[in-house]
Amino acid sequence: MSSANATGAKVFKPRFNPAKPAFGLLVFLLYLFLLAPLLIVFVVSFASNQYLSFPPEGFTLKWYEMLPEESTFMEGMKVSLIVAAVVTLIVLALGVPAALALDRFEFKAKAAVQSFFLSPLLIPSIVLALGMVLLFGPLELNNTYAGIIIGHVAITIPFVIRTTLMSLATTDTSCEAAARILGAGSWTVFRRVTLPIIQPGVIAGGVIAFIVSFDEAVISLFVAESGLPTLPVQVLRYVENSADAAVAALSVILILISLAVVVVVERVMGLRKALR
Amino acid sequence: MTVLEAPAAPERPKAQDEGQLEKATERRNRRTYLALLLPGLLGLLVSFVFPLAYMVRMSFNQGSPDGVIVETFTLDTYIQPLTDPYYWKVTLDTFQMGVVVGILCVIVSYPVALFLARSTSKYRGLLIAIAIAPLLTSAVVRTYGWMVILGTNGLINSSLDGLGLIDTPLELTNNMTGVTIGLVEIFMPYAILAMISGFGRLSPQLEEAAGSLGASKFKVFTKVTLPLCLPGLLTAFLLVFVLSISTFITPRLLGGGSVQVLATEIYDQTTGLLNWPFAAALSVILLVLFGLIIAVYQRLTKKIGG
Repeated sequence: MSSANATGAKVFKPRFNPAKPAFGLLVFLLYLFLLAPLLIVFVVSFASNQYLSFPPEGFTLKWYEMLPEESTFMEGMKVSLIVAAVVTLIVLALGVPAALALDRFEFKAKAAVQSFFLSPLLIPSIVLALGMVLLFGPLELNNTYAGIIIGHVAITIPFVIRTTLMSLATTDTSCEAAARILGAGSWTVFRRVTLPIIQPGVIAGGVIAFIVSFDEAVISLFVAESGLPTLPVQVLRYVENSADAAVAALSVILILISLAVVVVVERVMGLRKALR
Repeated sequence: MTVLEAPAAPERPKAQDEGQLEKATERRNRRTYLALLLPGLLGLLVSFVFPLAYMVRMSFNQGSPDGVIVETFTLDTYIQPLTDPYYWKVTLDTFQMGVVVGILCVIVSYPVALFLARSTSKYRGLLIAIAIAPLLTSAVVRTYGWMVILGTNGLINSSLDGLGLIDTPLELTNNMTGVTIGLVEIFMPYAILAMISGFGRLSPQLEEAAGSLGASKFKVFTKVTLPLCLPGLLTAFLLVFVLSISTFITPRLLGGGSVQVLATEIYDQTTGLLNWPFAAALSVILLVLFGLIIAVYQRLTKKIGG
């Protein structure tokens, strides 16, 4: 009471209000609902039930031990890792310079160019996927790495542009100007001054691009379902036929990879800022 | 005074020099930013503009059931979905699903967003991160999680059966119920994110003021809190609506083939029926629907922001 009065923040102490714990409980339950599908996958992946059922009969690691023998999953994992790695490198090479141009230079139609770079996020991925499979047909890019990678570039570029712009926006240009006055060339200015400034945005954009590509299912499904299925496509096909426990262990691994990305993004620039 | 001190004659050449220098820098700058922008623009041209343009062109071609595409310029592909009652039903179902998922998602996200917007806890950052982290997990995995929960042998049916409350399992998957539940959860992080950003004008002082002026808790909420939240709630609804009407994975998996929306129809037209022009026309229709709502959405967010 005395401390509250001293700071003047609260003049009177409210009496016990039963609405408060009720609201807390509601929020807790809603969090539970939000995380339910992820939590249940964890539970099922360690349950020894032969077929999907509840409650779990015992603890087992057999689903995890089976994973390396599932050749479809392993093949899919390989394809997805290659695609996501190449996509990440490409969109960083395309997106970071573009973000620099958008922040550090003044030119006509700047707002339009920026909207254009962010616009792939506004297009339903199923529409984009159909456009790609149609265009790639005559070009013989369907069922190739090149096809999937080109397909993923459009949907990952906006993230890199946004996170890089975000870290550019919080800094002023005086350091770069100072370096230039002191005689540094453009490349040196970029490498020694600008790059360290935008590093958080580049890292956040890169890992988000990686996970978006790695988890992307619709474009991969259209472009390469028959010839070069990625991991999400393999999981999709498997789950379509049976929602048993075998795929749970794999799902847990996918969730853990996402979790690693979340931790990195949260550390370098804050998840909310990066995904806004 | 300043008029009297107008630039004298000797100053002029200097000004011209500066002008030239400026122009030279401008030219150099122009080269630099064009060089910086070009790779990205080309990348988007190849992976974004070309596919969409090609698809729009394709929608005016003539398709046939055997997958042969007749290159022509016809509106037949549009006339069919716009006159066939089946496609009207699919479009209306899609629309209805978007509205229902949007409303439910706003309802379940609102308390969480309100809690996060008001929280002064030192764990606030962590709690925000947990609420939006599912955005970066695979939609396939989350949908699979819902199949495990809602399926015939799933968590809910097994629990209810074990408690002796039901004899036959509830049908929670392979229908719109399952798809709706799954989508509401999957889009919650988007809704929460949109709401937290939209609740800018919400301040505890206003609520306290209303309370100390004698308003009941209920009145404070309906007369102060809710109106201030309304813009955020509306943007969240529109966002979830557009995401719902174009989503494919969840209707496909939780719908189990018995839920037909525009996205699943586009897929069936391509892989099953190989009617590419028709699928393209459906996509253009979806795109137009989508564009209209996005335009409204951006109008609204601009209004709220400004």
